[in-house]
Formats: sequence, C-alpha cells, structure tokens
Amino acid sequence: MSEIPLAQAAKRVIPWWLLRHETMLALILLIALIGLGGMNSRFLTLDNLLNQGRLTTEVGLIALPMTFIIITGGIDLSVGSIVGLCAILLGYSWKTFGFPLPLAIGFSLLVGAAAGFLNGIVITKVKVPPLIMTIATLALYRGLAEGISQARSVRGYPEWFYFVGQENLLGVPAQLWLLLIAIVVSAVVLDRTTFGRTLYAIGNNETAARFSGLPVDRVKLIIYTLSGLMAGLSACVLVSRVTTTRSDMGIGYELDVIAAVVLGGTSIFGGVGTIWGTVVGIAMIQLLKNGLALTGVKGDATIVVIGTVLILSTLVASSLQRRREGV
Amino acid sequence: MTAMTLAGVGTDPRRRLKVLASQEALLAIAVIGLAIAVGLNNPRFLAARNLSDVLLGNAYIAVAAVGMSMVIVSGNIDISVGALIGVLATISGTLAVNGAPIVVAWLAALVAGVVVMAFQGVIIAYLRIPAIVVTLGMLSILKGGLISVTGGKWITDLPDSFHLADIELFGLLPFPVFLMILVTILAALWMRYSASGRAIYAVGGNAEAARLCGISQPRTIVMVFALHGLFAGAAALLYATQLRVIQSTVPPNLELTIITASVVGGVSILGGVGTVVGSTFAAVLIAEIASALVFIDVSPYWIRAVQGVLILVTVIADILRRRRMAGA
Repeated sequence: MSEIPLAQAAKRVIPWWLLRHETMLALILLIALIGLGGMNSRFLTLDNLLNQGRLTTEVGLIALPMTFIIITGGIDLSVGSIVGLCAILLGYSWKTFGFPLPLAIGFSLLVGAAAGFLNGIVITKVKVPPLIMTIATLALYRGLAEGISQARSVRGYPEWFYFVGQENLLGVPAQLWLLLIAIVVSAVVLDRTTFGRTLYAIGNNETAARFSGLPVDRVKLIIYTLSGLMAGLSACVLVSRVTTTRSDMGIGYELDVIAAVVLGGTSIFGGVGTIWGTVVGIAMIQLLKNGLALTGVKGDATIVVIGTVLILSTLVASSLQRRREGV
Repeated sequence: MTAMTLAGVGTDPRRRLKVLASQEALLAIAVIGLAIAVGLNNPRFLAARNLSDVLLGNAYIAVAAVGMSMVIVSGNIDISVGALIGVLATISGTLAVNGAPIVVAWLAALVAGVVVMAFQGVIIAYLRIPAIVVTLGMLSILKGGLISVTGGKWITDLPDSFHLADIELFGLLPFPVFLMILVTILAALWMRYSASGRAIYAVGGNAEAARLCGISQPRTIVMVFALHGLFAGAAALLYATQLRVIQSTVPPNLELTIITASVVGGVSILGGVGTVVGSTFAAVLIAEIASALVFIDVSPYWIRAVQGVLILVTVIADILRRRRMAGA
C-alpha cells in the first residue's frame, strides 16, 4: 500500500522519464563524451566515433540476447567460448573441409545456435542452474576450439569476406548496420510482443509465469539458442575484421557483455531491463575503453576499470532498488 | 525392526554398497583404474617419476579446490581464484626477491589472500550482490591489475630458501603432497564435526532454515570466503615455488580447473552437499587425465574439452540423482 503514494510523490517533483536508469545513464554518457572530447581533440571526431562503433559490434551483438537472458534471471557465461568455437569452425570448415565460404559461414552460425541450444535444453530439461551450465560449457566450447584448432590459425580468406568487417556502407562501418538492425528488432521484440513480455514475467516470478500458462521452457530455450546464434554471428564479424582465426578469440567477452547489460540497468536479479539501456551500456563500455586508451592507459588496465564498473553499477542498482522497495 | 536394521552400520550390505557408490569411492576407483588402463598401454606412465610429477605439479589445484568446495557448498561460486593465485604468487615472489624475510614473503600471500576473499565475501553477504558478479568483476580487476603493474615480466633469481615445494618431509614426502593431504583431512574433519563447519552446509542447503536455527548467514559466508582466501594463498605458494621462475601473469583458466575439481568431486552445485575429500581425488584425477593424454598420444590441447565434459556429466548426474531421491 505505502508504495503507491511514494511513487506518486516522486512523480510530482521530477518528470518520471528523467528518473529512469536509461535516461540518467544517457546523460552521464553525454557528459563523458563532452569531457573526453575536451581532453583530447582526437576523440570527438566522426571518424573516431564510427571506428569505435566498428569495434563495439562484436560485443554489442551478444549483449542483446544477453539482455533477454538476464531479464529472465538467467546468465550465459559461455558466449566468449562460443565466439572462439565458431571462429575456429569457420576457418576449419573452409580450409580443411573445403566448404565454400558462404557455407562455412552458415555452418559456424549453425554451430553457434547448436551450442546455445545445448545450454538451453540442459537448463530447461535437466534444470541445471544457468550459471553452472554455462561455466561448464565455457570450459567445453573453449576446449573444443583448442582441440580442433591445435593452436593453428587460419588466414587468407577471399577479399569479399572482409567487407563486413572492414568496409563502409553508406559512410557507416558495414557491421554497424548489422548491429543497428539487431538492436531495433530486439527492442521491438522485447517491448511489443508477447514473447518479450513473457521474459519479464519469467524474471519477476517464474512459478507464477508457469501457472499462468506461459511457455516458460520454450521461451528460455529460444533465448539461449539465440544467444549462441548471435555469438556465432559475432565470431564471423570478428574474423572478417581481424582477418584471422585463433582459438583464443572471444576470451573475456562475457565480462564486457555482462558489464554492458548490467550497466544499462538490467537487473542481475531478473525482471527489469531494456534494450535501450543495454545500447547505452555498450556505448559506455566502448567509450571507457577508447577514452582510457587515448589518455594513455594500456589495454590491460582498462579491464580493471570495467571490472570495477561492473561491481559498482550492480551495487548502485541494487541499493536503489532496495530503497524503492522500502526495505 | 526394519528401521533398526537400516540404521545398523557396517553389517548392512546395502550400507556397504552405498559407501562404495559414494562419489569419493568412485573417484578413487577412477584414479586407480585410469592409471592401470593407461599403464597397460604405455608402462612409462606408471613410472614413479611420472606419477610423483603429476601429484607434485597439481597439488596446488587440490588445495585451492578445498576452499572452492566450501564456497560452492555454501551456495556461492568464485571465478576470481585463478587470477588471485597469480597475484598472490607474484606478491610473494617479489617480496622474496627484494630481500624480505622468506617467512614474511610466505605470510604475505596468505594474508593478502584472506583480505581479498573476505572483502568479496562482505560484498556478497552483506550487500547481497550475486557472487558471480562480484567475482567476475574481481577476476578482471586482478588480471588487468597484475599485467599492468608487472608488465608480464618474469620473476627470477628467487632465493633457494623460498622454495617451499622443494622441502621433503622425512626425506621422502614432498611438501606439496603433504600439504594437500593435511589440508584435505583438516578441512574434511572441520566441515563434518564442528558447528561452524556444519553451518556451511546449513546455509547452502536451506538459508531460511539456517537463519531460523540461529546461524548468521552473512557471517558464515564471509568466513567461508576468508578461508577460501587462505587456501588460495597456500595454493599460490605451492604454485610460486614449484618452478624457478614466477610468470607474473594469471595462469589461464586456472579457476575452471579448480571449479571442475570441486564439482567432479561431488560438491553439489545446488549447495549444501559435498566433501573436500572428493574434490582432492577429483583434482588428482584431472591431473592424471592431462598426463595420460600425452602418454596415449592425444594432443594436450584437448584437456579443457575433457574438463568441460567432466563437469557437464557430473552436474547432470547430480541433478538427476537428486530428483530420483526426491521422487523416491
């Protein structure tokens, strides 16, 4: 009972949309952009920003289905390993099996989806907690990538394959279009479809969702499969950008992806989150990396910052949530 | 009458069967069975030199897995331990090289281990942030911090007295193996027979019931993480002193090997069940498999895939067994 008047009181003082996590985050992003631009003249150039967009696509593609998964209260730690496995199989099937490249791409996407499907089927049918299942497959998929590749890299792909990773389409990095389409589709699905609303229902109260007749298991199976598929797509974009495949590709992606999603206001406890938040989160993470790099901080130190951001943003979000609930 | 027969320990054949079917016994059988199978294929595998190398080189994983098992029994997880072991080894080695008394260098690793892990325990227990988020963040903080501070340089010229792993007790028992056995036995007894040890199971099994029994859940979790940090410190010392150099980087995917040992050792990932005896056997088994791959001409690059399959199979078996027990 006491929650309703509190919320109304807050509404009267400040417009509701200003209080939203995403809006606040976007404001911080804007301030950071201007600040970094003032500190370094190379930062706020269209070239640099577009290039950052190019670099962020691989993580961004995975962060979208991860948002779905975390909204349901799940997690997928195996995404980085799926990227490694798909990259290796793309190169391996092309070079060793002699698949034509388009078929090899299709094959690696299929493997990504299958890897995600395996996660999903064990999580839903055997009821293994997502955290443990995806830690197990984090080891398994990376192990398969290492075993299949035997630490050999594949390079020398045909020229056309590098288009997505390196060229521009209408003045914008080609892979950014992919990300853009994926963002719009995910946002519409999450916000405007029964499927999307089911995700929130599962995250808020899975038992209630089940008793309401929602297809909980099927929906979960779909999102974990989707996560694998997008990791596969991300692997293809990554290989196209860096022109080679190695079994250590995608190591640590889970950190960037989960940090972006959580920073974007999706609750790690499930039930809350938006695609727009994740998009701002992705931008923040990439901005952080780029800004730190431009001020002379090395790559290894940036993961220190991202780790700190992950913990702090969860702390802030959970304490805000607790205050809202009046606990 | 039937109830009494069931309770009669030792005489009941069903009870004896149950002991044989326990995870610990299965693992012990697997360790010996694998040794015989690979030995028949390639007798050099059974050479005393190889077997002791396998034990010596991997005792630190078993020691760390003891702490990890406690964490998992309490219903949490820690993926930062591999990075922490790298950091602690570097701290200890740096101190030793720069002329600190050896004992101080050793203690520093233990103390730093406890501090970092207890800190994580506090965030997890009192601020109620899921362990996976805290330890994932800490993993990257430690990993990135270590490389950017040391630049990945190797620590060499370590004083001879620093090398704990070289000590042989009574001239035959290497210290790492001794420590592995000692830690396992002490931890197993403590978890089984002390009130604070039982509290870990209570918190992991049913947090609400534990609370009603007057067990402080946050305090138990902080205690578990602090102990886990102590074992990580001990593991780091074994890791740091087994070679003549310390690579100032994080041993890649060490946390996965440690988690595999705990889970395969029978620690239920749902919390509340498991013993550290199992995890030590499992650590030995994993090391043995890695070594066996070489002897049967399988590329060592497959080892992590084997680990993944092992975790997966154990976890699924554990859940199915629980479900059958609940259904029976």
